[in-house]
Amino acid sequence: MTFLMVNVLLMLTWAAVSGSFTIPNLLLGLAVGALSLCLVREQFAAARHRVNPVKLLVLTAVFFKELSLSAIKVALLVIRPDMQLRPGIFAFPLTLTRDFEITLLANLITLTPGTLSVDVSEDRKTLYVHALDCHDPAAEKRAISTGFERRIREAFPL
Amino acid sequence: MATDPDMAMVLVVSALLVIGSLFSVLAALGVLRFPDLYTRMHAASKAGTIGSGLLLLAAGIHAMDIAILLRALAGFAFFLLTAPLSAHLLAKAAHQAGYRLTNLSVTDQMPQPSPQKSRSL
Repeated sequence: MTFLMVNVLLMLTWAAVSGSFTIPNLLLGLAVGALSLCLVREQFAAARHRVNPVKLLVLTAVFFKELSLSAIKVALLVIRPDMQLRPGIFAFPLTLTRDFEITLLANLITLTPGTLSVDVSEDRKTLYVHALDCHDPAAEKRAISTGFERRIREAFPL
Repeated sequence: MATDPDMAMVLVVSALLVIGSLFSVLAALGVLRFPDLYTRMHAASKAGTIGSGLLLLAAGIHAMDIAILLRALAGFAFFLLTAPLSAHLLAKAAHQAGYRLTNLSVTDQMPQPSPQKSRSL
């Protein structure tokens, strides 16, 4: 079921990237998709997740809003004569446990205002985040844990 | 004038081109002006992503071809997936190699690598 859905998704991606939605091209995409999924079937079988589609959509919408705000903020900062930077790296305690959730959170953090993921600790309990304005790390941490972290947990319930 | 669909599309495409180019220029300026690698990655990863995304979108709309638009959108999606990864890897590698944060920095809670380890890197 999930296998088939991912296969169809890969086929549509292939058709979009190769820019042709003809039947032979779709069949080729389906075949190549099935072949690639066979190659990674062991990792894939271990990674079945429940998804809340509405919350996932909300997460996507919030992400695009934050991305635009973030680009505008950086752009405005760049043209200021005195940039008034107070950068620093703070440690963010992770409550998400699964690898794909941590990856997703790290990517979202990098694309949102003033923050950039630098590293995850070996035990996967801490995310090191670089912030352009780090005079109040507690506020930044709170914003991440009540924002993206909560939304990711809602979109992918255990 | 605004009722003419062609004209409306030209306006949208032009606006996207101008705003996209503006973000790209500011991203480049940010890379030039920010004091250290970590702050530079902020400019490159955010403003750069939005800039190239808007330019791709403009190209896709201008072509008036759904296949080309989809390809442009796929390009933007891959950009969103890869830009944070490269920023993350560069920042991580710089920190492991012992590259210091700028003097303006107020805090660094990430453990520094031990001196022996950083020499061997």
